[in-house]
This record gives sequence, C-alpha cells and structure tokens, in this order.
Amino acid sequence: MTAARTINFTLNGRAVSAEVKPHHNLIEVLQGQFALTGARESCGQGLCGCCTVLLDGKPVSGCLTLAVFVEGAEITTIENLGGSGDLDPVQQAFIEAGAFQCGYCTPGFILMTKTLLARQPQPSDDEIKDYLSGNLCRCAAYPEIVNAVKLAARKNKTG
Amino acid sequence: MTAPVTGKQIGRSLPRLEARAKVSGRAEYTHILRLPGMLTCKIFRSTVPHGRIKSIDIAAARKVPRVYAVYTGDDIRKVIPDPYYGPAFHDQPILALNKVHYVGEPVAAVLAEDPHIADQAVQLIAAEYEELPAVFDELEAADNKVLVHQELKPATTFADLKHLKGVKGTNCALDFKLRRGDADKAFASAAHVFEHTFKTQRVLHLAFEPFASIADYKDDGVTIYTASQSPSFVRTEIARLLGWPENRVRVKVPFLGGGYGGKLYIKLEAMAVALSMLARRPVKVALTMDEVFYTITKHPSTFRIKTGVDKNGKIVARKCDVWWNGGAYADVGPRVTQKSGFTASGPYDIDNVAIDSYALYTNLPPAGALRGFGIPQLVWAYESHTDMIARALGRDPLDFRKQNLLRDGRPHATGTILKDVAIEKVLDTIAERLDWERPFDRGSGTVKRGRGLAVGLKAVISPTTSVAIVNVAGDGSCTVYCSTIDMGQGSDTAMAQIVGEVLNMAAETIRIVPRDTDVTPYDMGTLGSRSLFHMGHAVRLAAEEAKAKIAQLAREVGEPEGSNIPLAELFAKKFGMQAGNIVGTGTYKPDYVPPDPATGQTSNATPFWMVAGSGVEVEIDTETGQLRVTRLVNVADVGRPINPKIVETQLSGASLMQLGFTLFEKMHFDGGQVTNASLADYKIPGIHDVPAVMENEAVEAYQSNGPFGAKGVGELATFGVSPAIANAIEDAVGVRLTELPLTAEAVFRALRAKDNRPLGDE
Repeated sequence: MTAARTINFTLNGRAVSAEVKPHHNLIEVLQGQFALTGARESCGQGLCGCCTVLLDGKPVSGCLTLAVFVEGAEITTIENLGGSGDLDPVQQAFIEAGAFQCGYCTPGFILMTKTLLARQPQPSDDEIKDYLSGNLCRCAAYPEIVNAVKLAARKNKTG
Repeated sequence: MTAPVTGKQIGRSLPRLEARAKVSGRAEYTHILRLPGMLTCKIFRSTVPHGRIKSIDIAAARKVPRVYAVYTGDDIRKVIPDPYYGPAFHDQPILALNKVHYVGEPVAAVLAEDPHIADQAVQLIAAEYEELPAVFDELEAADNKVLVHQELKPATTFADLKHLKGVKGTNCALDFKLRRGDADKAFASAAHVFEHTFKTQRVLHLAFEPFASIADYKDDGVTIYTASQSPSFVRTEIARLLGWPENRVRVKVPFLGGGYGGKLYIKLEAMAVALSMLARRPVKVALTMDEVFYTITKHPSTFRIKTGVDKNGKIVARKCDVWWNGGAYADVGPRVTQKSGFTASGPYDIDNVAIDSYALYTNLPPAGALRGFGIPQLVWAYESHTDMIARALGRDPLDFRKQNLLRDGRPHATGTILKDVAIEKVLDTIAERLDWERPFDRGSGTVKRGRGLAVGLKAVISPTTSVAIVNVAGDGSCTVYCSTIDMGQGSDTAMAQIVGEVLNMAAETIRIVPRDTDVTPYDMGTLGSRSLFHMGHAVRLAAEEAKAKIAQLAREVGEPEGSNIPLAELFAKKFGMQAGNIVGTGTYKPDYVPPDPATGQTSNATPFWMVAGSGVEVEIDTETGQLRVTRLVNVADVGRPINPKIVETQLSGASLMQLGFTLFEKMHFDGGQVTNASLADYKIPGIHDVPAVMENEAVEAYQSNGPFGAKGVGELATFGVSPAIANAIEDAVGVRLTELPLTAEAVFRALRAKDNRPLGDE
C-alpha cells in the first residue's frame, strides 16, 4: 500500500492536519483521527447520505470523497452544529417533529436541511422532497422529516 | 372495559430520551466503535451455492505485509471444537467446515490492523470446491431430491424440536400442523370452494448500520460489543460454545442503527469471539453493505390456500399449506414456521381449519424474522384470497369480511379464545377513512383508480421472559436496568414513562442504562413487538417493588402515612446524608399452554393478539402498468398508547417499509448468487415514494392484561399493506397479481394477458 502524506484543512472551524493515504476516504479520517462519528459510512456508494458532511459549505458524501482532496478545504460535520449546549434550530425541529427513529441517517438529513434552508428559507413540500431525495431513511421517517424541515423554516422566520 | 385512572406519564407524546444524542451525531453504535489494539476482520466467502471444500489456499494472503493472521474453519475448531451456532438449530459453522451451503458463506477470515490490508489479502485467497447439486426453490426443496444438510441438528432447548434430532434425508427443519374440526368433510358439503396460490420474494432488512461485532477475549472472560437485538441470547450462546458459565461472557449493546429483526439471536458474535481467541487481540467484524445481503434475509414463501363457503356466504373451511424458504441455515425459521404458521387461516371465524407449515432449507442466504415474524407473508396470501372470494361471490369485500370476522369471545383456529382484539373497530375505521360507502372516482381515459383493504392478526410469540431492575439513588433520581434494545422504536422512552407513572416522576428525568449483560438482567430479545408488553410489565413490577420499599422506608423514619416528603430527604433521614439505594426488581413471564403436537390446539396460545390493517387508493396507468399509491391508511389496535407520537411514527414507518417490499424490493439471484447486492441495484423506499396522503390511527382500545392497557406496535402496520394494494389493483383494472413485488411490469403483463395479448418472457 502506498505512502501516507500530510494534509492540512479546516475542520469545524479549527485548522487541523492529518496523515492520509491516497485510498482513504474522508469518513475514515474523521472517525479514525478525529473521533468524529456523526458521519457514518453505510451504503459506501454515495446513495444513502448517512456520511454527509459539508465541504466548503456544500454537502458531499464523505464515503466518496478521498481525503487527499480536502487539502485546504473547510469541512463541517454534524458535531459543529449547536453552540455551547444549545441545539441548532434544525436539530430542535427534528426532535419536536419526531423525525427519526434509529438515528443512523439523522446527521445527514440535518446537514442537508441546513443547506436547504440557507438557500431557500421557506421551501415548499416539493422543494423539500426534491432536495432531500438523495438521503435515505430505512426507518422511513420521511413524513416526519418533511414536517421537521417546515418547522425549522418557521422557527427561522419567527426567530 | 374502563381503563384505570393513571397519572401523567402514560399517554404523553414525550420526545425520545436519546433524541439529543441522535440529532447531534453523538449516539453510539457498534459499527463506528474502535477499541485500542483492535484488529479488523475481512471475510473470504463462498462463490458456489453447494459444494465440498477441496482446498483453501491462504498462502498468498498470509504473505501480504502487515496481515496479522489468516484463519479457516480448521483453525476455529482449535479454540471452539464444535463451532456450530443458531437459535433453533445448531447448524451454522463460524467458518465453513467440509462443505459450503450458499454463495456468500464465510470460508476464511483475514485479520489486520488496517482494514484495507485485510481486504487486499482476501482477494488473494483461493478455494477449490467439488460442486454439488443445489436447490433454491422451496417447493423443490420439499421434494428432498437435493439435500442441503445430511442431518438435522436442532437445539435441544426447544421441546417441540427434539424429535428432529439426527433426522436424515430431509430439507424440512420443521413441519407444523394444526387441525380443527374436519376440513375435508366441510369442503365436501360447501356451496363454493376456492383455491389459490400466492408467493413472496426474498427481501432483506437492510438496516443502515450494517452488522458489526467486536470481541475482546481474555482467559478469564470475553467482552463482546455488538449490534444485537438480543444480548441475553448472545451471552447464553457464546457461553455454550465456550463451555463457560454465563458470568464470564459480557455483552454490551449501544444503540442500533436499525434492526427490524435482522440483528436477532446471533450473527457475527461467534466469529468475533473465535477470532479474538485465536489472535489474542480485540477483533472487530463489521460488514459492508454488500455483505449484508449474504447474512440474513426474509423468507420467501409459497402459500396454497383453499376455502369453502356455504350458501349464505359463511366460511366453513380453510386449508393452508405454507412453504417457507429458509435458506442454508435455520436461524429462527422453524419458530416463524410454527409461531406465525398457526395464524395462517387469518382473522376469520372458521370451524374447520387445517394448517401445514414447513420450514425448508435451500442453498440461499439464510432467512430470519423481518418486522412481522412471518405474518406479512401470511396476510398477503389470506387477504388477497379473501378478496378474490368476495369478488367471485359478488359480495362487497368489507361486508364479506365482517360477516366472517373472528370476534372477541370466539375460538381462534388454535382453540384459544380471542380476547381484547378490536378487530371490527380496525376494519370499520379503515372503511370510514376510505369513505367506503360513498361513490368512488374510478379515473378516466388511460388512468384508472381503485381501492382495497386488508386486515391481519398475529399472536405475540410465547412464552418469553423479561427481567428488570429499578434503582432509586440517595438524591431521589431513578435508573432503570433492562436489556430491551432501543433500535429506533422508542422503547427506552416507553420504559421510562411506565416507571415514571408508577413512581410519580417525570419520564425525562429517568435514566435507562446502556445494555450490558454484566449490568442489565435477562431479556428474551427485542423482537416480535413483545418488549412493551413483557419488559413493560417487568419494569412496572420493579417500580412497584421500589415504591413499596420507599413506603417502608418512610415508615421506618417515622413519616406519616401518605407523606409526600421528597425522596432525597427520606434517604437523608435514614442514612444521615445523601446515601443508599432502593432497588426493585421485576420478572414477567406470561402463562402459556403449548399446542398439542398433533392438532396445534391449545387453550392459551398467546398473552396478547395483535391486529392491524391498511386501506389504500391506487392509480394505474393502463398504457404502462405504472402504479401509484395515492392514499395509505394504517389502522391498528395497540391497546392504550403509552406514547401516541411514537406509536404513530411506528405505524407510519412500518407501513412504508412494507410498501417497499410490496412494490419494488427484491433480491435477484443467478445460480444462487445475489446479483443486486447494493443500494444502487436494490431500491428501497425514498422520500418520493411516500403516498401523497398517509393516515395512521391507533383505535381506542385497552389490553386488559397489558401494562397500563398497552401492547406492542412495531410490526403492526406491515400486515395489511401488500394485500390491500393487490386488492386495489384488481378493483382498478380487473387483474389479480399473486406474486410480490407488484411492479409496473407485473401489472402491465397482467393487463396484456387479460387483453389476450400476452407479452413474451423478455
């Protein structure tokens, strides 16, 4: 197997460096070197969205993102949401709407919702479904997830 | 029946206790767990469905730099001489021995610190097999021309399986029989007799957290971290394999990233333990999604059902023959065959019933329980069949069902008297919500509309045991110890609500400790919608014992009767400081009478019956066969809901999962090889598959022997979905599909066949 190299990037607002090999994906690095386990590899094909992280503000599948390519980039994970003990309004909305069961896919849905609401603060049901269609939930909490996104949008409006 | 007055915790739609951990990405799961010094295992799997192992060449794999070890079945035998495991049969080897029985069966294991190194080494292993004839179809397996195993190896823990020990020459792991009245005689005098055959396909659980187990073996004990629905069973089975007492085996289970029945009993745990014994290091076996397709699946089934009806429309006889395709290892198949098999005649009041239910080995990935323990396969058949009868007799499908419905106080086919089953209310509510009596828009042009309903009955598996501990600390805070696994169904929250109700505490202040068999007591398993009832009773009893001890303590320190002194002050009065504990324990095992082996008759088949149904409206494009479910109504009797919001999400989630099994999910095989073992090729429901209108309702009901009137809910909304959709398809376009899944192609082929223009095979 080939040699490791050092990469530097910004992780949840802090400058970090990591030793990575060319075949390492971002999830392996986040879990193995930074103990961040909120993004999880499930299908391994970029189809389920359980491994969603933000790369320079855009959602990507961590399992398909080779770690060497995040050199110089800004990576945000679910662990960065919510400040000192407070939950992000999107996280709060997911709890209030009961928008998860086992919770394995939940960080991905929440990060997607963050980027959707940043782009479209008051999305329609169809916009929500289209935007989230790349994320899967085997517990099928989809109706509650749509409600959570709408609830978060309302919180944004009033808050 | 009127419900007793209860306090404030029952009926609260409290958010899940673990909600914060889950939305912040900090919930623990086994698949993402690492131990210091841990080795990772990658598995070399069989490429043939049935064959004698001639050789396994691991030399090249061993030479890969930084490979720690490569092991085969012979190595496993050095540490576990009889390495066969399973819940009903001890038939599954940790790594294949002498023979392989399905494509994907584990044959060799590579250990390395770096999973990529292990993966690379697996590619260098080569095995030679003398291929043997294989059998894939359950009906062919029943002919016993090709035998999957030479001899049956039932676990002797089950009295009703003992007679199968050492039986040779058969693929049948269990033949369950039920006889009530005289079906043959009743058929002879029936005015009408109908017979149909229905089939279901092989699908799988596909929990997003794939299977994962880590074992850390030391000479004085082994600790297993595992994604399991049944830690107590894992402990018992590993102790048996090692010849150890149970107290040297510790099983820890964090949250589960989905289970649905897949993570039941024992999966990768024995392999992780054996490899850790050999390597003397912690070993993690964590599967990738493609490997999940080779681990456990849902039984395909063939169900031949025959019904006799008298001139008044009363069902007088029903004969059910069910063949379950169990795959290469029995897993829990024989239990499914019996414990669900006995309800195969459905929720109808029939005097003459004959049921034969067969668990069959085939050379395919093993099958187990999947959200319904076999019931969805049965309801699919009997509710399609019942609808076909109603239509053939020119009867309204709802009216025909109501005429024949099994009601409280009447004997089920087992002879057990039905009790606390709001079946008519469920059916009426579905009909009401569908506006059944009102004229229905049947569509126009090439788009036709139809509607259908279906209702199913299940008996919760019995007898099973749950044990719980409730511990009140010196500051008055409360901790609950139980081995029920929260895999998303919200059981932690429900248990806290039950304990809070008894102790008059807010449920969110109660802590449910993580599952650990060194700490949390015995539970049979989180399966079959049993936990809320059985563990619910156990935690209730434990809380009641704690409550009695608190009252005793109050008397000891001279508090007047009925004093509401805070618990912390009570402890301080007794111990002079914040100290001490009050511990209550509870054990629950319901009464049960085993069925007569010859007739399946019993006076007490189950502690509670489960009933639920679905109603649907569909839209079909007759030019393409494209089918859209525009409305899905799920109605269930859950007794009294402990947490109405979680009940609703369970109903909704279960029905959508079943929608996938109904409309598109199917494992495809070529010579025993799965050809769509990935999420790219195996479609599951996504957000766009949710019907435009979805309604879920728990009817007003009360389970008189349940904890605070409650009973289980997790599987309920899977029951009616498939037949309701098939019934709606016939209602819309006049074709009847008898095999799942109900794809656009299947609808289109049926439409063309009906039109006398059948399509060819390609």
